[in-house]
Amino acid sequence: MSDPIDTMVDQAPLPIDTETKLRRFWRLLKAAPLSVWFSLVVLACYAVLVVFAGVIAPFPETEIVAGSFLPASAEHPMGTDALGRDFLSRMIYAAQNTVLIAIVTTLISFTIGGFLGLLAATLGGWLDQGLGRAVDVLMAIPPLIFALLLLSIFGTSTLNLILIIALVDATRVFRMARAVAMGVVVMEYVEAALLRGEGLLWTVTREVLPNTIAPLMAEFGLRFCFVFLTISALSFLGLGIQPPAADWGTMVRENAALISFGEMTPLYPAAAIGLLTICVNFIVDWLLKISSGLKE
Amino acid sequence: MAEPILLEMRGVKIEGQTGPDWLPIIKGVDLTLRKGEVLGLIGESGAGKSTLGLAAMGYKRGGCRISGGSIKFDGQELVGATRNDLRALRGRRIAYVAQSAAASFNPAHNLIDQFSEGPMIHGLADRSTSQAEAVALYDAVQLPEPRTIGFRYPHQVSGGQLQRAMTAMAMACKPDLIVFDEPTTALDVTTQIEVLAAIRKAVSELGTAAIYITHDLAVVAQMADRIMVLRYGNLVEEADTRRMLSAPQEAYTKSLWSVRTFEATPKPASDPAPLLQVENVTAAYGDLTVLHDISTKVQTGRTVAVVGESGSGKSTLARAITGLLPPKQGRIVMDGKALAPDFRRRGKDDLRAIQMIYQIPDTALNPRQTVAQILARPARFFTGLSGKALQDRVDDLLALIDLEPGVFRSRLPGELSGGQKQRIGIARALAAEPRLIICDEVTSALDQLVAEGILRLLDRLQQELDLSYLFITHDLATVRAVADSVVVMQYGKVVEDGPKAQVFSPPHDPYTELLLSSVPDMDPDWLTRTLEARG
Repeated sequence: MSDPIDTMVDQAPLPIDTETKLRRFWRLLKAAPLSVWFSLVVLACYAVLVVFAGVIAPFPETEIVAGSFLPASAEHPMGTDALGRDFLSRMIYAAQNTVLIAIVTTLISFTIGGFLGLLAATLGGWLDQGLGRAVDVLMAIPPLIFALLLLSIFGTSTLNLILIIALVDATRVFRMARAVAMGVVVMEYVEAALLRGEGLLWTVTREVLPNTIAPLMAEFGLRFCFVFLTISALSFLGLGIQPPAADWGTMVRENAALISFGEMTPLYPAAAIGLLTICVNFIVDWLLKISSGLKE
Repeated sequence: MAEPILLEMRGVKIEGQTGPDWLPIIKGVDLTLRKGEVLGLIGESGAGKSTLGLAAMGYKRGGCRISGGSIKFDGQELVGATRNDLRALRGRRIAYVAQSAAASFNPAHNLIDQFSEGPMIHGLADRSTSQAEAVALYDAVQLPEPRTIGFRYPHQVSGGQLQRAMTAMAMACKPDLIVFDEPTTALDVTTQIEVLAAIRKAVSELGTAAIYITHDLAVVAQMADRIMVLRYGNLVEEADTRRMLSAPQEAYTKSLWSVRTFEATPKPASDPAPLLQVENVTAAYGDLTVLHDISTKVQTGRTVAVVGESGSGKSTLARAITGLLPPKQGRIVMDGKALAPDFRRRGKDDLRAIQMIYQIPDTALNPRQTVAQILARPARFFTGLSGKALQDRVDDLLALIDLEPGVFRSRLPGELSGGQKQRIGIARALAAEPRLIICDEVTSALDQLVAEGILRLLDRLQQELDLSYLFITHDLATVRAVADSVVVMQYGKVVEDGPKAQVFSPPHDPYTELLLSSVPDMDPDWLTRTLEARG
């Protein structure tokens, strides 16, 4: 026998959000500020360039098609570079090279750093201490110097570039993932899972990971930008993506001297880097804002 | 009632923003407070009592707006008043005492500096004068060593002392009105009585009017001249304290009053075999020994309540039994078989036999899993069910805790009320088909009506499933309602252990006596009487 009022209090259905996740996202997107819409359009353009580089670019990536240092013309809208390659085409191919490498690198660094971070937080003890101190040592070395050192030891292949930047970046991701997960592992639902004898992998992937995913996603966007800048910086120093493959960092370096002749050629790749970074950050900021607002 | 009116609210409406919508929190409440009067505001969580209390200062929380009505303090309209006008009032003429003193003091400054801030900002006193006043007020709220205690930092005094220091701080500018927002809810009963006595003495000596917000009826009965009952942002009933207690009019008020009458189903007189035996357990966090040589037992199908104040080691006892904190000495025997001290060394059947229900349902359920996922996992893990059989089991479990499966299966914890979440926590424990369930303060975070529903449910489940409960609580009303036998703990030791009737009837151990006599009655004279009896 239960009290009528008790039943009323405890069983009254709460007003429940019936809209699907997709609809909610669409509603939030419609209310998003102009900067987000602008960034989405820009990112879509970048994506098209990356996917269809071969179709869109008027000339091949590495072929010499005209005289060197031609000014902008109808045939070569951005002119040609020192060897006489079409600058616009190289800009488009560079998008493909740089962005794809950045995505793969970020994915690897998140897989390694994120997983180890969650593991360290969940297990604690000597594993946490060991990983933590190892990461401290890696982080004590300036990342760019460290990457340069490793690249000069192992050689500058694209694979090495990806792995080395991923390793350097994974240290930051580890720190972040561990810090976020520390707040989750003390929750009683994690204790309940451990007390029922759940395995470590299940506990980490089902109980801890889903509750750390929002800040990790936001960090993913930011890390992507940093990787991107690191590649450009390394390329600028000559240890990144190797010629004759095009990438924005190298293109800035190769044409940097032109700026003193009043040429704006080196500014194009620099602007491409800057624009992408800004747009990704706009979107990440917005995602952070709505995900924190939805967390109830 | 010849005193002039101090605070007058007329048709106050307050709305809160959720997403794009504004939802009403207070739906047009009138409130009148005369000089020197103490008004009790009671209601469940979400009734709007804190929001209304803050509105008395012309304050609204972030994301809220006052959308209608008028709030007049001593003739001055607060709705729409400028920031500077409000600032001149707050702290000076209207003060606020929050629920958590620990979270309200700045840990980087000592108590007396924080005390002096108000008088100095409002230009009432210089530092040395206000420090002298602080000592006088610390004395008035019965803090020990009033001369020197102010130079301690918040972490250097106890929770009850901090709450009294905060009351003294609220009185620093001799305000006309103090809003007390659940000032004793987070405190143990033995501390609560001291704080209540201090607040009542200080308020009556200074002739300050007060709004006293609480969900505890017995507490409000001691403090208030008049009581207002709120529900869903509406005023349900208002009357003088004595009349309200003796003759409540509305059905809702009557139900609040009758909550404490719940009694668990009486058990047969037989003496069943012990299911769990705790034998001479000593446990420690590092070098700090928290449990000293604890022995007790839980019989099959019975409820043992472990009571004690915070720090008495009752939750640590639960951790020792579950194996989260392996005991240093002694052993845990379940059904005649000694369990491994560390839960990682226990077999699946051992783990399955003991389940836990937690105090705060919000942190006990994974917010990213649906109700069905939360319940299906342990059911599958321990009983190996899958497919249709597993789904049926989930539906059975939901039916067992009186929740409609079709409605609740696919919900996330965020879409449940506090009581519903706690029911899911119970169902998760049941999914393992345990023998013993450890209930760690399972009703402390819930409103009284909801808590009573949970106790009724646990009682019914015990009858149906022959469960044993180890009921950890600091609330003696709960102990009276559910326990078959009682273990009283203090400083990590068992003070008293025996059947409920024996522990709760004289002669008492001195500590049990203190604990029992500190629980407020629903009698407005209880505080006065108890304090007199204690001298």
